[in-house]
This record gives sequence, C-alpha cells and structure tokens, in this order.
Amino acid sequence: MPLLHRLVRADHPAIPFTLDGVACEGRTGDTVLTAILTHADRLRLSEFSASPRAGFCQMGACQDCWIVLESGERLRACSTSLTAGMSIVTRRARAA
Amino acid sequence: MTGVSTSERPQPLIVGAGPAGIRAAQALVKAGLRPLVVDEAPSCGGQIYRQRLVSDGRSTRDLYGSEAPKAEALHRDFAALDGKLDYWPQALLWNLRDGRADIMIEGTSRQVAYDGLLLATGATDRTLPLPGWTLPGVFTLGGAQIALKSQGCAIGSKVVFLGSGPLLYLVAWQYMKAGARVAAVLDTAPFAAKFNLLRGLPLFPGIVLRGMRMTAELKLAGIALHYGVGDVRIEGASTVAAIAWRQDGMEHRLACDGIGYGLALRSETQAADLAGCRFAFNTRDRAALPERDAAGRTSVPGVYIAGDGAGIAGADAAERAGERAALALLQDRGLPHDAARAATLEAELASIGRFRDVLEAAFPFPAHWARDIADATTLCRCEEITAGEIRAAIGRFGVHELNRLKAVSRVGMGRCQGRVCGAAAAELLAHETGRGIEAIGRLRSQAPVKPVPLTLALSAQQQEAAE
Repeated sequence: MPLLHRLVRADHPAIPFTLDGVACEGRTGDTVLTAILTHADRLRLSEFSASPRAGFCQMGACQDCWIVLESGERLRACSTSLTAGMSIVTRRARAA
Repeated sequence: MTGVSTSERPQPLIVGAGPAGIRAAQALVKAGLRPLVVDEAPSCGGQIYRQRLVSDGRSTRDLYGSEAPKAEALHRDFAALDGKLDYWPQALLWNLRDGRADIMIEGTSRQVAYDGLLLATGATDRTLPLPGWTLPGVFTLGGAQIALKSQGCAIGSKVVFLGSGPLLYLVAWQYMKAGARVAAVLDTAPFAAKFNLLRGLPLFPGIVLRGMRMTAELKLAGIALHYGVGDVRIEGASTVAAIAWRQDGMEHRLACDGIGYGLALRSETQAADLAGCRFAFNTRDRAALPERDAAGRTSVPGVYIAGDGAGIAGADAAERAGERAALALLQDRGLPHDAARAATLEAELASIGRFRDVLEAAFPFPAHWARDIADATTLCRCEEITAGEIRAAIGRFGVHELNRLKAVSRVGMGRCQGRVCGAAAAELLAHETGRGIEAIGRLRSQAPVKPVPLTLALSAQQQEAAE
C-alpha cells in the first residue's frame, strides 16, 4: 500500500523510474520521496535493526530519507527532484 | 547565477531565503550592497512560504490560506531583486571558518569570503520520541504540511494529527480543506491551557480569532478534537495502523494510516555555532540559542541572526527581524540606515515576543515526557538508541553534560547531528540527573552541518591548499 496519496498533479506528465527493478511512473514536480511513497510504503531499512523507514521531516533536516540508486549513488529523497531513468533500490538493508 | 564578487570588499552573505533572509536581502540591496544569498531549497520562501516545484492548478490561496498575500509579496519582492544580488538556490552552507564559508552547490564545494554574515536558518519541528514513532506513515507536522503544500499529497487516507502548538491545528485544517480525511486531532496540552489565548486577543486579535475559527471548522466537519492526551503509542507492524492514548484515566485507540506529529518548533543554530556565536539558555524555547541584541547582532562582530533560527517567533517576526538585522549591518558598516524604521521594527518584534509567551502557555511543553518515556522506546532515530540505553549510560558513566552523553551513548552523533533527538536527549539527561534543563550543556555543532560527500570535503581542502 502506498504511503502518500495524490490530491493534485495526478495528470501531470509521467517520469519513468524503476523501484527495486519494477518499472514505475512518477509525475512532473515529484521529489524522489513522493515518487517512491506513492508506490511503496517505505524508503529504506534502518542500518542497525533493519526496520522500515519512510522519512520524517521532509525538509532536509532529519536525514531519515537517504536512499541508494542502483549506481551506488546516495541521495536524500525529500530534497531531490525525480529524474527520468532513476533506478532506486529500497531493499538493501544498508543505505549508509 | 553569477560567481563570487571580485570587488575589494567581499559581499555580505545571507544564509537562508525564507521570510527573514528575503527581507534582509531586500534591505541590503536597497542600501546599495550586493549580498550573496544561499539557500537549500530550489526556490525562495523558506518552509512556511515554500513554493511548489511545478504549478498544479492550486491557487496561492489554496496553498497559504490567509497568509497568501504575505507569501506572494515575499516571492515577488525577492524575484524583483534579481540582478541586484547573487542567489544560490539548492546550496548547502556546510562550514564556516576564518571569515569564509564552505558551500556545496551543483555537486562541488565553493569557498566564499564574506564581509558580514546574516544567518536566517529557520527552524524544524520539535518532536519527542514515542513508541512507534519511527514507523512509516509518521511524519512531522511540517513534513505533513510540505507533502500537502509542495507535493500535493496527503500522508495517509485516514490521518491523525498529534502534538501541540498552533501548527497542529493549522495543518489539520489545511488537510481538511484539501479534501483529505482527518480522523482526529490529539492535543497533548489540556483544554484549560487554551484559555490563555484570551490574553492574546488584545495583542493580536486576528491571529487568535483565526485559530478559533479553524478549530470551530474542524469540529463542524465532525473531526474529533482531544485534549490532555498522554501515554501515546503508535501501533503497526511495517507501517502505522493505529494510535493509542490515555485521556482522563481512560484508554483510547483509533485506527489510522498516517500521523502528523510535532510539539512546536526548534531553531536551526548550527551555522551560528560554527560562526563562534555565544549561546545562552532560553526558557521559552527550552533550548540554548545564539545571544543577540534587539537588532540581531550576535556576540561575534559582523555576524547577525534573524528569524526562527534565533529563537521561535514565527514568520511575521522573521520578516521584521531580517530587515532589522540588515539595518544593523548597514549601521555597523557606517552606511546610512533608517533609524526610525529600525525602532518601529524592534517595537513590533517586542510585541510579537509577548504574544509568543501567550502561545507557549496555551500550547505548553509536555512536562512529564522524560519521566514517562519507556526504556524500550527508540530515542535516537539515526543510531537507533533507546531511552533505556541512554538512561543506563547516564547512570554508568555518571554523565551530567550533553556532549559527554553523546560521547558515551552516541545520541546526537548520527546523521541528523541531534536535530531530531537533541531536545529529547537534553530533557532525559536533565530529568535523570535531577538538574535543570538549562544546566546540562548544549550539543556542539560539527562541520559538515549536514552530510556531504567525502569527495566534496576533499575538494574544499585542496582548494584551500592551492591558495
């Protein structure tokens, strides 16, 4: 079940990305956090207890929403715009 | 975007493009200076007047409600400064040393010499840990508001708002207006505390009445408002499933899939700390804050501070404090400045300060949190340290100072540098040692103030070595 529910922008142009290998679509104007959480219910697993996390402050302060791309690049989901072709991995336990 | 000014005297640096930073920039430009404004967001406005990444059919009235004219004015006025200042959006100031700032922008770090530093770094939500607060679906009130305002998303299909402070009712009301389903508003403060708002009526009747109207509209919409909520537990296996609480000795439980949570705000003070500003404990905010005079001068000559980053006072105060601090910078440079305007701004700020005292009484801090927090509850989200582990560390090492507690328990040592857990760690340490919250020290800030890639830090050092 997705965590976030779109109230507007549902018909904006699509931006393709993959989430754990599955083809997904975000919308123009999405942050990476929005793009993931309108499809899934978590962003990552925590480093120590592998408990699910989905961000907290959404303003770049709490550092809870770091995710990894297939390339190994790390980024903060709440303050990064979604771009076409991103391959996002949420299943790896360690995002650090 | 243009590069660093090459004029003989370096340009003033403004950190933050929210209400305080915008008004400060405007005042400096008006006086003929060309400041550099750095801001983490892609566009100006700060958190409260944050702009969308793209337009989405909503009006500014939809987004900012009664504050739409202020938001529009700030965005418009800042846009009008284009060409008269340097503006670096999506730029992170991550270090300050020897009159230079290290700023990460577009994947590289630049070192900027400045002459005059005006910090307008704003605030984030203050939260205190609860069982289940790390579950997906729990966001801060500010986070819930950003999801709605900036991204046009609700944080759940059945949302509960929890905590205290004006933002609690504002965000619940904004969700209701946007058509999201609000299941309940749970206020940790007792209903009787709200009578304090009557004292605020003569000061700012418009604000008090607007708050009352929002509360009435929530009630009319059938949304349950609960006061004096305690012993809150958030339940769920992999996401939020329900919230349970105690009220008047009775147990309550409500199914929900999203929770917005916050207990007023806390100042972002890392940059002031790195700039060497002296701090003092502030009773109203229950936090150590940079010392400043009425104009916004810190203890360090040439360093000024304005807005919520200097102590929580809200957006209206931030606009005034930003302009006031800019006037102080001009005065200290021996430039013409409008002394009458400065006096007016200070009087208005003092009046807002008195109103903040009223709000604090109406939305009081939950005094017994540290006594009641269960050992098993995760206190530090980054390092996943429980309240019990912190209590044990305090006892075992005889700790009575916050940085020492950080050293022995790792609380505040994680990626957020104590932004999220710092207030809770301080409250718990004060309670466990029987000291006042003002007597246990404050977490020292470290560069980089937010995570930056290791390669970036190297490039900054190399740049310095090359000079």
